[in-house]
Formats: sequence, structure tokens, C-alpha cells
Amino acid sequence: MAGLTIDNVTKSFHAFQALKGVSIDVREGEFLAVLGPSGCGKTTLLRIIAGFEKVSAGEVRLGDKVVSSPDLNVAPENRRIGIVFQNYALWPHMSVAENIGYSLKIAKVAKPERERRVAEALKLVDMQGYGDRAPANLSGGQRQRVALARCLVATPELVLFDEPLANLDVHLRASMEDEFADFHKRTGTTIVYITHDQSEAMALADRIAVMDHGRLVQLDTPHKLYHEPATPMVASFISQGIVLPVTVSGAGADGTCAADLFGQPLTLRCRPGDGPRDGALACCRSEAVQVVEPGAPGFDGKIERVIYQGGLARIEFAPDAAPERIVHFVQPDPVTLKPGQSARLAFVGGWLIPEQDPA
Amino acid sequence: MISRSDKDRGQFLALITFIGLIVFVLSFLPLLRLLQETVFSGGTFSLDSIRNGLSDQTVWRATRNTIVVGLGGTVASVILGVVVALIVTLTDVRMRQWLVLCFVTPLMIAPQVTALAWLQVFGPSSPILHFIGMAPPLGTPNPLYSPEGIVLLLAIQYSPLVFLIVRAGLRQLPRELVEAAQSSGAGPFRIIATIILPLATPAIVAAAALTFVSCVGNFGIPAFLGIPANYLVLPTLIFQRLAGGGPAVLSEVAVLSMLIAVIAMIGIFLQDYFSSRRDYRISGTSAALAPYALGRWRIPVEAAMWLLMMVILVLPLTGLILTSLVRGYGVTLTADSVTLDNYRFVIMEHIAARRAFANSFMLSLAAAIFAMFVAIPIGYVIAWHKGRWTKVLNIVVEMPYALPGVVLSIAAILMFLKPIPILGIQLYNTVWIILFAYLARFLVLGVRPVVNGYLQIDRALEEAAQIGGARLLTRMRTIIFPMIAPAAMAGGLLIFMTALSELTVSALLWSSGAETLGVIIFSFEQGGDTKYAAAISALLVAFTFALMLFANLFAKKLPSGVLPWRD
Repeated sequence: MAGLTIDNVTKSFHAFQALKGVSIDVREGEFLAVLGPSGCGKTTLLRIIAGFEKVSAGEVRLGDKVVSSPDLNVAPENRRIGIVFQNYALWPHMSVAENIGYSLKIAKVAKPERERRVAEALKLVDMQGYGDRAPANLSGGQRQRVALARCLVATPELVLFDEPLANLDVHLRASMEDEFADFHKRTGTTIVYITHDQSEAMALADRIAVMDHGRLVQLDTPHKLYHEPATPMVASFISQGIVLPVTVSGAGADGTCAADLFGQPLTLRCRPGDGPRDGALACCRSEAVQVVEPGAPGFDGKIERVIYQGGLARIEFAPDAAPERIVHFVQPDPVTLKPGQSARLAFVGGWLIPEQDPA
Repeated sequence: MISRSDKDRGQFLALITFIGLIVFVLSFLPLLRLLQETVFSGGTFSLDSIRNGLSDQTVWRATRNTIVVGLGGTVASVILGVVVALIVTLTDVRMRQWLVLCFVTPLMIAPQVTALAWLQVFGPSSPILHFIGMAPPLGTPNPLYSPEGIVLLLAIQYSPLVFLIVRAGLRQLPRELVEAAQSSGAGPFRIIATIILPLATPAIVAAAALTFVSCVGNFGIPAFLGIPANYLVLPTLIFQRLAGGGPAVLSEVAVLSMLIAVIAMIGIFLQDYFSSRRDYRISGTSAALAPYALGRWRIPVEAAMWLLMMVILVLPLTGLILTSLVRGYGVTLTADSVTLDNYRFVIMEHIAARRAFANSFMLSLAAAIFAMFVAIPIGYVIAWHKGRWTKVLNIVVEMPYALPGVVLSIAAILMFLKPIPILGIQLYNTVWIILFAYLARFLVLGVRPVVNGYLQIDRALEEAAQIGGARLLTRMRTIIFPMIAPAAMAGGLLIFMTALSELTVSALLWSSGAETLGVIIFSFEQGGDTKYAAAISALLVAFTFALMLFANLFAKKLPSGVLPWRD
């Protein structure tokens, strides 16, 4: 087992920069999710960690060994890294046991020892008795488990997951999520988990690295990402935060500041030292929205849409001061708001976003 | 750690060097030698041999004939192939798989066998015409001994090629495009004219170019049908000059073979030009077109299709088999006069024919096995290591097959006329020069199914093995080879079938003791022993059918689309 250090890694394909100076420190035994929209560079990052792609600049270290740098690339087969591929990548011409035992055979492990370790790995994923089956005769979830067992049997330093749930149906996803969490707890393996699904990342990871346009935008715990997003992109990407312009008038010493949001005076949480500046944006959560009476502190606008979702409705509201900044929130039954109707909203709190999106 | 990763790179470099060396020797060197002979024949740059070659009236006539039958054969093949592809792919005719099988089979039969079989249908000695009492008097020329006859047989030989390419193109059309036209009120013929044919244009153009190259390079059909009428095309002219003059006329025929290559190239460039101007890249993975219900036209259309299959397949093969059972020229076939003597003679008695069976069998088997094993690493590089130079590799591998076979044969003679330098081995006038030409010419037939197979395999399967610690050659052996082996087998089988009755290459390269079946059939026919030629041809056809059936047994394990006659 070892930690992983990604140190200022840049990757260019001809003129296109897929990764721009990414640095991530994964602690030994940590479960780290790399989260981002498609095209953000997360797959490139995974292929670099695995050794399938070379870095253009920067370094990747496994423990204290350098495995990737511009003039060194340890081959994937020599990195002791396990990968769980998106479509499992089980070899169709081998049985389950042969699939799992392949890397041991390559490493010339003697047959009795090999059989013992294959059986152990099958047990670890609760697939005893399936050794002689062909991968084609397994269900999606079972194949996933065989893929897990295959990468475990070699006792890797690090396991990479490449969007392992993307091909599964919804109810299987939930149970596989439980299985991955359980697997991490039991084995204590260092895991890097690539996904574009925010709820998956939140449910599993100790920390999440949010990527966008080849950059690492924020690396934090799920709780921090939600409550203290670093940039407008993270704020709106994580749980659909509402990003609104504010005027900051003063900073308190306790990590809060006074602000004005479309005329409503509001106390925002903020980074210590953050204060009045131009172009300030706040991240507000839909649970912090209240419908208020005319005349109370707040701001006016129009209800654009009401989407009934069973027991509650999602309301989309256009503030008069900035109609393009849609505010959405939830009204439980009985739903009284109607599209086209005017209303007055107030926020009870929010977070002053400390950084701008990189250009 | 570092040194081990170098080891993997070392294995890759070794692989690339191996592939590069083979492809260089088989594909590049012969053509280089041919080019050198045409413009540097005396050691200095000169256009004299080109000028001499082109000042000859016979050459111009043969060139004109080549273009005439090439274009005629292409137009006829495209019309026939496209119509059959439309009917079989878009309508609800029944027994579709059998129709595909029957229509594609002529492609599996060697051109000279097709020619021989059709000659038995018409003409004064036709057993079929005798049978129905309509045979013309002895001495009347066979109507197929004419440019029209050549075009007709080229169309039958190569319309399956058009059919396969256009059918594959039609099956990729998303059904929404047609349904959108239907809901706009367009009738079936209008949809074919305004939606389907325009979208199938790239496939049709590609098929036409390939057919043109095949028609221009075809030797068997114009040799059997054109030489008796003194209607020469460039391949048959080269054959006659070389047969008459031997190595002394090599420089001259080298120019002629370059002329064929240029004509073929023009076809390919025209295709490139047209397909770059009309790029209808079709995206989407939607379901295939729903078959169009023919209604009360179904039975007539089906009847017409089966009649067509009778004419292109059953009729000539019947002629061939009946001729192989006849005692002599002009003898009417009756229940009493049927004989198997011809078969006994070619298998047991005729020494050269027996040698030819052995030679062709050995040559085809060697070419097939060689290609199977070389195609796996070549396909690996072409399909999975995309780069600028893999495109070059692909083109170089395709070249000896894309260019007419006569071109490669002349190149091979030029290369091996003198013993190989340093080694001092003499290949000319032995069976080994034919083997060299077969390896070069048929390699691509093995590479194509393998590339196809690689593209249908998820690359992650190899990466998973790499993660498991396996280096390149280990991955090749334990992961890639088992998965790609069926595709390589299919390629080997196609090569075996094609090479077994091959004539174009061996007609120029054979020598006494190194005859092939194609050469033996040709010389029997030229010597007037049609019955013996027919007997060998019938055996070849039977053997081909048996191989097709055998391949069907493991068709389920193959990547889709590698066996042309399977739907």
C-alpha cells in the first residue's frame, strides 16, 4: 500500500492541453474521487496514473518512487496498480479463475499458491464457487466483482476505478456503491475513483478532486465542497448551487461578512480575510430560500416554472434585478405557487465564493 | 524499474522491425524494382523504354481495349450489384441468406473457371444446347469470344463485390432517415432515388473503383474469351509477349505493366476525389432499416431473383460439369456416353496435372499460414496503434493486392531473375518465386479480417493484462492471439481458397515442374482439351464449396463480416 502524489502534471496532445498543472496528494489508504464533467481531463489523469500515457511536464510518485516524469515512464505492468475498467475488460476466452489468476501466472507464482490466492480473492468478493464459469455467463454485478477480485489478487499499491458504475442500471448502482465502500473498509486499499456522477463521489469518497477544463479546481471533503465551494463552477456543479452576484460591504473577524443581494441585506459565510471586492459572487443553497411577504426584506421576481415531482414541486424563479440568474427551490405540498405569478424571496444565508473561474 | 519498462519498448521495437522488414520486402521492394526498370533501366534516368513501349500500335489497341472492358465491366457490375443489393437488403424477400450465398459465390470461383464454365453454355460444343437440340453447327464461333462476352463475365464475376460493399453501406443507414421521408409522403421509388441512393453514394463509388481495378487487372476472363478472338487487353498482351520473348522483353513488358498500374491508379484517385467531395458521414447507432413489404409483387420479385441465381450460378456450373463428363469434342452427352475418364486422367495419369495439385495445395497452404501469423502483429499495429505511419503501413500492405496481379508478377521476375545477391539463391524458374508473389499479393486478405476483429475487441482487455504485469509478447500470446485467432483463421481460409485456383500471377511465373492448377486449366483449354480443363475446374469448385461449408461451422466465433458469403 502506498500514497500517490501527482505533482504539477501537464499533458498536451499536440496543441490541446488535456491537463494543466494538476497537483493531488492521495494519502495511504484514502478513497479519493476525481469528479468532473466529460472532457475535464479525468480520464487522461487516470491513464497517466496507470502509465498508459506519458506526462508532458510534472511528476507522478507512488509512495516515494517516481513513476512518471517527462523523461521516465515506468510501464503499466511494473507499477503494481490495479484497475477496474468501465466495461470490466474480462477476457472472454478464460474462465473466472483464469482471469483472476492471470497476473499471478505472469509473476510465475506456483500453482498451489496461485489457486489459494484466487480462492481467497473470490471469497473476498463473495463469489466462491464461480471459478469455472465463463465471464459471458455472469450478470453485470458479478462481472464487476470478478474484475475487483482480479485487481485485488495482485495486492496492488493502488486501485484505480474508471467510472465503474456508468454501465449499470440504477438499482444495481446503489448496491455496488455499498460494495465498493465495504471493499475499501475491509482492505484499506488506496483508491482513486474516476466519475462524473456527483452523488457517487459524495457517497464513497473521503475527499473529492473536482476538475474542469484540465485543471484541478478544488480538492476537499464532500462536506466542504458542498458548503464552501472555491469557484462558481464548483458551486453550480455540486448539487446545483445557485450562484448570484452580491455587493460585499464589510468583513467580520469570525469568517462572516455583510453583503447585499438584489437589495436584501444578508450575512454570508466567507474565508477569513475575504471582504469587499468587485464582481463578488455568492453560492446559495435552495434549502436557504424563503418565500416572504411583500415589504419584508428580500427581492421581487416572477415564478417561471413549477415542476411537480411528487410530494413537492421544484420552483424556478427569475429575480427582477437579474432575470437570467434563475433561483430554484422546493415547495412541499400543498404547492401554492403558479407560473407567471410575482413573488418575493429571501435567503437566510450563503457562502461568499472566494475565487473566480479560471479563464 | 526503468530497465524493465525499456524491455517492453524493446519488444515493441522488435515487433515493428519484424513487420517493417516483411512489408518492405514483400510490398515495397518489388514495386521499387519495377519503377527502377521503367525509368532507370540502363542505370541512368531515361524515358526511352517508355517511349519505345508507347510507340507500338498493338499497345495502344490493348490499352483502349483494357479501358473499354474495364469501364464496361464496372458499369455492368455496379448496375447488377446495386439492384440486387437494394432488393435483398430493403425488401421482405424470403430466404435472404440463401440469396446472399448464391449471389456471392461467383466471387469465390476463379475467373478462368467462370470463363471456362460459361464457354460450355454457348457455342457449338455446348452440352446444354445439344441437350435441348439448339447447338449451332460445329465450327461456328462461340458468341462469348467477344468484348461483349468479356464484359458480361466481368459483371458476373465482380457484381458480388459491389453487392457486398453497397449492402454493408445500406445496412448502416439509420432507419429514421427513411421513416422521415416516408412520413413526408414519399413513395418507395422516390425514397430510393432521393434518400437511399444519395446516402449510399460513397459505398457505390468505393465499390465502382474496386471493381474497375479488378476488371482492368483481370487475366483469366480476357485470356479465355479474348485471345481466341485476338481481342487483347494489357494483361493478355503482356502474357503473350513474355511467353514469346522470355526475359529479353522484360524491360518492354515492365512498361506495359506500369501502364496497367497507372490506369488502375486513375480509378482509385477518381474515387478519392468523388468521395472527398460528397462526404455523408452517417452517425448514430439506431436500428437497421425495416424491410419494405412488397405485397403482391413479392412472389414475382422472388421468382426473378431465383431466376437470376439460376443464370449466374447453376447454368454455368451445369455446363462445366456436363463438359467434364463428355468423351470428346462435339460428342453428344447421353446416358450411355457419360464418363468419369476425364477425372481419372487429370488425377491419376497426367503428370503435370498431378504436380499442379500438389504445388497449388502447398503454395496456398503456405501463403495462408504465413499470412495468418504475420497478420496478427500487423493488424495489432494498424488497428490499435493509430499514427501517421500506420496509415502508410496500411497502404503499403494493400498495394500488391490493389494493383493488378500482372504488375506484381513482372516486379517479382525483375527482382529474382538473377540470383539473390550474397545468398546466391535462384528463385526464378522455381516454385518459390510463385510463393513469394502469393505472400505479397494475398497478405492483405489475411490482414483485413484481423483488423476487423481487433476493432471489435475492447482495447481495455489488453490494458488489463498489462496492468496484470504481462509484457507485449506475453500479452500477444496469452490474450490477443486467442481472441483474434478465429479472425486470422478466416483470413487464412480466404487466402487458401483464392490462391488454390489463382492464375494471373502464376501464368507469368510458372515453369516446368512449378505448374499451378490455374496454369494447368489454362494450358488444357489452350491445347483444345476442354474436357480435362473442365474436370479440374469442377473439382476446384466442389472443393471451394466444401471449404465454405467448413468455414460456416465456426462462423459464430468470427467477427461479423469476415466471411463474405455469410449474412
